[in-house]
Amino acid sequence: MTETMTSTIVTTAAGLMLLTAVLQTWRRSSSASVRLLVVQGIALAAMVGALGLRRGSIELLIVALLVAAVKAGILPLALGRTSTGRLDERDSSAKPATGLIGAAVLTMVAYTVSTPLRGLGGGSSAVPAGLALVLIGFWLLLTRHSAVSQLVGFVVLDNGIAMVAFLTSDGLPLTVELGATLDVLLVVVILRTLTTRMRATHGGTDVDDLRELKD
Amino acid sequence: MTIVLWLPILVPTLLGALVTWRHADRWARLAPLATAVVIFATGITLVVRGTVTSSWVLRADATSSYVLLCIGAVAIVALWAGLTSGDHTVGVHGRADALLCAFLAAMSLAVLSDNLGVMWVAVEATTIATAFLVGQRGTRKAIEAAWKYVVLGSVGVAIAFLGIVLIYAANPPGESATLSWIALTSSDHGLNPSVARLGIALAVLGFATKAGLAPMHSWLPDAHSQAPAPVSGLMSGVLLSVAMYAIVRVQALTGLYSGAGLVRGLLLTGGMLSLAVAAALMLTQRDYKRLLAYSSIEHMGIIALGVGSGSTLGLAAALLHVLGHGVVKAAMFVVAGRILTATGSSRIEDVSGLLKTRPDLGWPFLAGAAALLGFPPFVTFFTEVAILVALAVSGLGWVAAGAGVLLLACFAGIARQVLAMTVGPRHQAADHHPTPEHPSRSAMVPVAVGIGLCAVASLLAFPLAPVLLAAAQSLTEVVR
Repeated sequence: MTETMTSTIVTTAAGLMLLTAVLQTWRRSSSASVRLLVVQGIALAAMVGALGLRRGSIELLIVALLVAAVKAGILPLALGRTSTGRLDERDSSAKPATGLIGAAVLTMVAYTVSTPLRGLGGGSSAVPAGLALVLIGFWLLLTRHSAVSQLVGFVVLDNGIAMVAFLTSDGLPLTVELGATLDVLLVVVILRTLTTRMRATHGGTDVDDLRELKD
Repeated sequence: MTIVLWLPILVPTLLGALVTWRHADRWARLAPLATAVVIFATGITLVVRGTVTSSWVLRADATSSYVLLCIGAVAIVALWAGLTSGDHTVGVHGRADALLCAFLAAMSLAVLSDNLGVMWVAVEATTIATAFLVGQRGTRKAIEAAWKYVVLGSVGVAIAFLGIVLIYAANPPGESATLSWIALTSSDHGLNPSVARLGIALAVLGFATKAGLAPMHSWLPDAHSQAPAPVSGLMSGVLLSVAMYAIVRVQALTGLYSGAGLVRGLLLTGGMLSLAVAAALMLTQRDYKRLLAYSSIEHMGIIALGVGSGSTLGLAAALLHVLGHGVVKAAMFVVAGRILTATGSSRIEDVSGLLKTRPDLGWPFLAGAAALLGFPPFVTFFTEVAILVALAVSGLGWVAAGAGVLLLACFAGIARQVLAMTVGPRHQAADHHPTPEHPSRSAMVPVAVGIGLCAVASLLAFPLAPVLLAAAQSLTEVVR
């Protein structure tokens, strides 16, 4: 694979990931959010695969398969099943206009703060997009009130960190990569289980209802 | 000898798997305590041998051996007490025993791993193992606490992950990129200073969330007040300190690279804010389990100040404080759990005159509170004074003075509430709740051991001094 082809794939994948993250900020329906996560997962796997082919690294190709299986398969599946009670949950806290403006501002912030990261690794021109994903994930966690939307925010945040890792240093050592992927998967499964229990005890999944514990 | 390093991780993993399979068996209840004993024994062995042992990604130096010993000691107090409580709302049973084993394995891996990435994976695994333990009661409050705990805990720790990713990215290009702590600290590895500084700061901030330092502490009182008593004891007594251990390891990188001033500033600010938050909320606290949780925030603040002082004395005192605070806090949560069973209420105003009505609970609660307040002869007195002195000597006299004032406010808060519960006049409300039969004396043995250990730990400081100094020196020499 030539250098230009790799960089085209990496840049396209990064753009796709940023686009799906921005779209998350104004989509209300949980099934649309989960579909966007699948696209994001595939883009991340494609990016890792392209980097692996260029470096001729078997390790990175294995990681690419792992990323595809977890981020585009198991995670969205686990998240989607949360909504089986109602096939599609609407998150009324989503404000499309505010979401888009927020995402635009955060992307600009990401480009500003990532100055010291330029010049690291191969596909560094896309590193700010990874940081933008991290910030947009935070934004979703802070502004959304539905448990499922918050979970989506957490996954976006994690995809952003993974993207920064792959673009700046070709990913972490394999042991750490495996452990981290397993951890994130388990956290999402646990939060999904808690969402089910929350629906049983609180009659809904609005995190605003969680206000019994205070001083 | 390297096999010893694997025991605290493999034994609980195997026991946990066995317990998941045969959780109905009677011996399954003993599995977490057995694990704690193995961890304690390993800690003692490593401390006594006093040499660096390593095997693959694991490595035990003075700091990790000592913290492993603390994990074992606190876990023995908390789990032994949970076992003898004989009360089903206090103890944890069934599959929870497997989760406890996994929790202990994860903490051991966090302190024994040489690789910063593996350490992060283990810290995140502690959140996973404790999530269901916090929400075990299944009540609205428990689910709320578990949700907040997992969301805030994993988001905070995700920030630390971004930090570790950046530390790795700061490695110069080539095959030698590493996250091994010893490789990074034994010689200048040529990390890109601006990227390393950003990574170190993010990692410290992220782990500080897990350590319960203000202003990232909001999950802590909820989780620690809703979890079953032995789990609260373990989380307050030692999980917070494991997160602090991660901070100390990351901070040590600042010596060779950059960000020393930034990290010290973060720790001192976090420590002072924690003391302030704890002082303000303990004065007006109405729930005694939350009171204990805020006291943990206070003590993590003290430890952060000790670490932030950057001196050998401050670090050694902070490490000894981890042990003294850990064993007492574990015992106190167990006593609080028993008071809850006896009175049926966790509100401070519903409990009074414990010394007269239930001396078996009142006296340990009062003694434990004295230890948390830092009365001599408890070791917390000596370590708190040492940390204030270390701050003053390091040219941080104003911080030391401010911390002293805040400690007095915390003192007033705890003393007022605990005295109302133990020696205060009996309320009418307290009479509504019939107190159950006196428990057997054996049930109080682990509590007495925990509080007693804190009382004699100042004497233990002599045999422990070499390991404490070695640990503090190995960390501060890198810092300078």
